[in-house]
Amino acid sequence: MSFVLEVRDLVVNYGKVEALRGLSLTVGDGETVSLLGNNGAGKSTTVDAISGVVRVTSGTITAFGKDVTNAKPWDLVEMGIIHVPEGRRIFSRLTVHENLQIGGYAVTDSSAINQRIKQVYSLLPRLAERRAQQGGTLSGGEQQMLAIGRAMVAGPKLLMLDEPSMGLAPLMVAQIMDVVRDIREQGTSVLLIEQNARSALRVATRGYVIDSGVVTIEASAEQLRSDPRVVEAYLGK
Amino acid sequence: MDLEYLLQLILNGLFVGSFYGLVALGYSMVYGIIKLLNFAHGDIYMLGAFSGYTLLTIGAGVIGGQASIIVLVVIMLIAMVLTGTIGLILERVAYRPLRSAPRLSVLITAVGASFALEYGIAVSFGPNPRVYPVGLGNESFTIFGARLTYAQLAMMLIAVALMVGLDQIVRRTRSGRAMRAISQDPKACLLMGINVDSVISRTFFVGSALAGAAGVMSGAYYGKIDFLMGFIIGLKAFTAAVIGGIGNLRGAVLGAIVLGLLESFGTAWLGSEWRDVFAFGFLILFLTVRPTGLLGERVTERV
Ligand SMILES: Nc1ncnc2c1ncn2[C@@H]1O[C@H](COP(=O)(O)OP(=O)(O)O)[C@@H](O)[C@H]1O
Ligand SMILES: [Mg+2]
Repeated sequence: MSFVLEVRDLVVNYGKVEALRGLSLTVGDGETVSLLGNNGAGKSTTVDAISGVVRVTSGTITAFGKDVTNAKPWDLVEMGIIHVPEGRRIFSRLTVHENLQIGGYAVTDSSAINQRIKQVYSLLPRLAERRAQQGGTLSGGEQQMLAIGRAMVAGPKLLMLDEPSMGLAPLMVAQIMDVVRDIREQGTSVLLIEQNARSALRVATRGYVIDSGVVTIEASAEQLRSDPRVVEAYLGK
Repeated sequence: MDLEYLLQLILNGLFVGSFYGLVALGYSMVYGIIKLLNFAHGDIYMLGAFSGYTLLTIGAGVIGGQASIIVLVVIMLIAMVLTGTIGLILERVAYRPLRSAPRLSVLITAVGASFALEYGIAVSFGPNPRVYPVGLGNESFTIFGARLTYAQLAMMLIAVALMVGLDQIVRRTRSGRAMRAISQDPKACLLMGINVDSVISRTFFVGSALAGAAGVMSGAYYGKIDFLMGFIIGLKAFTAAVIGGIGNLRGAVLGAIVLGLLESFGTAWLGSEWRDVFAFGFLILFLTVRPTGLLGERVTERV
């Protein structure tokens, strides 16, 4: 299988805090890979490093066969590496429509942007209804939809979602996961970060568990669902 | 107080307010986007006046002593490009290296940049005031008994055109959208593929160009310029931006008009020596009573 993303021995420090201590993972073409781990395990730091917003101390990141370690975030977006950040980070004082337009900032073909915005509206009709409203007026679930819609306008080849179900009611989580499935069906590779392992492992094909900045378990989604360590730590019961 | 006099005071206030507005916009734009109080911004206005002076001195032989509005507009546009570029360089050299430094370090740097520009001009042009080589005509007309010169009218129209143009850029274009997005969440903007540095550069360029335009107009209108002329107007523009709600562009214009009117009425009432006392009194009043200004956004943002 060819990899769209290969992370090797990644080390990231925040001052004296060593957030990642030699983390390695891969995402294959068309795969949906889940990254599980407790609060503070280093999940967000991993995607922040991949998308170029935190500096990598050592290790390499390769995307689509190119070395992109410490590349500029805007160059990564141009390559189709799109990151939906933890906490959504939608622009609360821009309208829903403007948020989607901003998602297409790096896309030069304006008809492609309009086309994708239309697709987002038909996939997520709630956003179409609220297109002229300010982002900040949306509910948490709608904001997450907007954040994902915004990423879709960028035309992702690799979509990285950081805890999209955080703080949402179960019904909303299910809807979000449906959207992720839709995106995967279009051939987009997905890196899905979750603490909610149950829903993540239903969508993912493969997964990693990370702890204190290193991978502790790597297995298929099916294996992870029945792994006693995962069941105990992340699936309750 | 009769009606004509009242109208005259309003016109005077609007005229001064349009100068304050052009400078206040740059203050507010820069604050909005990187939360920096660019204390060197008034000096960019001064540099605009000196650019216009230099260009007019070079061109005076060609155009004679009385400048037409067309000539002044051309000179103004060139001066805008010059001051815009200087503002952009200032950001690169002085502010960008301090992007993640404590706010106080950046503030001190801004004050240092202000001195550097002021005394740089004092050294190159001498400390004495310079007289603009061309003047504007004094022909005037009256509306409802209030007097306004054609030059004043033209300048107000130019100021309004520049402000409306900026407003449209910020509201409707891709760049403008990026500016607004950066003012809300610069890190999220990186994830949108926005080259945040280059948008910040553009913001400095545009804000400085507007201040430069005001500088040329003020030189042509008042006739005399000096290396410290940006100090007071910088503070006035800051006041206007605070009155309107710093970071809010329509607020900056509103604040400038309010300040212009306050000064116009205040000085008519108390005497012109009270002008600056009045302006800064209001600055302090707003900072204590309503620091978010007239149109300021709620301080609470993301939850
Ligand atoms: N900006 C930061 N400054 C200092 N430490 C940080 C910063 N961000 C994260 N950390 C630390 O790095 C570690 C990993 O954090 P993070 O990647 O956010 O974990 P997760 O997303 O898995 O919850 C934690 O110990 C956290 O406290
Ligand atoms: Mg996290």
